[in-house]
Amino acid sequence: MEAAAKTKVFGKPDTLTGVPYYYCPGCGHSLIHRLVCEVIDEFGMAGDTVAIFGVGCSCVSYPFFNLDWIYTLHGRAPAVATGFKRSMPDTLVFTYQGDGDLGSIGIAEIIHAAHRGEKFTTIFVNNANYGMTGGQMAPTTLEGQITTTTPEGRDPAHCGSPLKISEMLATIDGAKYVARQSVHDYKSLVATRKSIKKAFEVQLAGEGFSIVEILSQCPTNWKIEPVDSCAWIEENMMPVFPLGILKDESGG
Amino acid sequence: MESELVSGNEALGYGAITAGCKYYFGYPITPQNEVPEFMSREMPKAGGIFVQAESEVAAINMIYGAACAGKRALITSSSTGISLMQEGISALAAAQLPCVVVNVMREGPGGGGIGPSQLDYLQATKGGGHGGYIKMVLAPSTVQEIFDLMQTSFYLADKYRLVILMLTDAILGQMLEPIEMKRIPEGDLPPKDWATTGHKNQREPRMIPILLKGYTPINYFQAYQDEAAELNSLLQKEELRFEETTTEDAEYLLVAYGSTARIARSAIEQARGEGIKVGMMRPITLFPFPYQRTKELVSAAGKTLVVEASGGQMIEDVRLAAEGQGDISFYGKVGTVFTPIDIYDEIVKLAS
Repeated sequence: MEAAAKTKVFGKPDTLTGVPYYYCPGCGHSLIHRLVCEVIDEFGMAGDTVAIFGVGCSCVSYPFFNLDWIYTLHGRAPAVATGFKRSMPDTLVFTYQGDGDLGSIGIAEIIHAAHRGEKFTTIFVNNANYGMTGGQMAPTTLEGQITTTTPEGRDPAHCGSPLKISEMLATIDGAKYVARQSVHDYKSLVATRKSIKKAFEVQLAGEGFSIVEILSQCPTNWKIEPVDSCAWIEENMMPVFPLGILKDESGG
Repeated sequence: MESELVSGNEALGYGAITAGCKYYFGYPITPQNEVPEFMSREMPKAGGIFVQAESEVAAINMIYGAACAGKRALITSSSTGISLMQEGISALAAAQLPCVVVNVMREGPGGGGIGPSQLDYLQATKGGGHGGYIKMVLAPSTVQEIFDLMQTSFYLADKYRLVILMLTDAILGQMLEPIEMKRIPEGDLPPKDWATTGHKNQREPRMIPILLKGYTPINYFQAYQDEAAELNSLLQKEELRFEETTTEDAEYLLVAYGSTARIARSAIEQARGEGIKVGMMRPITLFPFPYQRTKELVSAAGKTLVVEASGGQMIEDVRLAAEGQGDISFYGKVGTVFTPIDIYDEIVKLAS
């Protein structure tokens, strides 16, 4: 038999360095990193992509990406991305932010980046708590969810109900693509990859702001087994944060 | 060269554009609103970008983004807005990102008032934000000097990878003067081989700011402090700027900066006319502060009067400079503007 040309059907995306992940067992970040890198590979744009990371578990992700990389102050990634993208309009720029970073301390920056229709993409990882600092309540923490600052469970009577950030952002004209996806099973991984690709396309077409919220496992702070954390997303998070494309005004 | 009549705030804008600054991020606050208004009009003509940010907090982080791309970027604000930016200024300094920040000082702590003052000297020169960083602080005293120093600021920012803070105030910002808009030639600058502009598949990825220059997290912050100390010594050697007025035979010395120094100059002329041997040291770099020359002048003069539109802030640096020598007193005023007569009266008191 002649030596057949080998075709790569599956493997590590080139944009991913291959440095072993040091996230907690079962954490969703590694899955999301991979999906982002797959899409960048597909576009062949690693050399022209700049990643802008918020504060949280995301801020230790620098060894995993073969990309130029900017670390920002807590909540300010959308402002940094604004300044960067305005001065480097041909670059593919994404911010990578958690729910505390984006939904609490950085809520003004994300809303106004969307409001101005900034041409970058936000990967918004929602795991319903502040993971890096040890599992405190986030704006996205579920009602009744026990965290280190809601030891009796989140009580909406005095700490509010889960903030539906993507729904809020979808009301803003400058936001052209808003989707909520998940990484708890294979089907959701496929949908998430598709949404990331679409969000990057919206950016590259210069149409406006795009964001993909991704429900992500945090078994360590949820204090459950990694395998159970996937079911936890489906049973507890998805009823509050339904998956789907909340807004798609691309190509318009 | 023909001169043009412009305000101090407009001179900030003209100076920045002349220096090749293409990015301005701002937020309205009195008494510097003329700068964002000017930039919204003039930046597009110069092929640049103006963004009105949602807050000073966002604005300082936008400049961080443009600086990461290696671009010359400017931000202006006033006292309370500058306080909001302190975390961002600290982050810019930590990441060694060059940029220029202007504080057109207004009055008082908290929300304060919109009148002129020099109440932010200590905030400007002694840190302002957290974590032990340094930046250069420049204090012009005329509209021409604002225009010139703005250009110099961009050069110094790029030369040393530093945040340059320019301190002006409501008087200087609103004042109209004829200026000559000359481009100030720059020396050689190091390449911006740290900018995160995409690796183009031709080099290793870069990151800003942590782990710069191969430090590990364990030795990074000690190394940062060591570098800051070295840089401080270098700035003391290479970048001191100050102006002396009739100090050769001065028996009485004024020390003042910015708009106060400009007013004091008239008082000195009047006193000299009456035979009082008074001179002035005007620091232009407030950081690095001209300690050595101030010490010599304070020692040579019989009496020194520090004049500031504050309750006494720069006087701390003058006392540090003097190292216990000389006879140093203070005259300050906040809420109303100094007149030359006010300062002249103080000189007469000093001499009697």
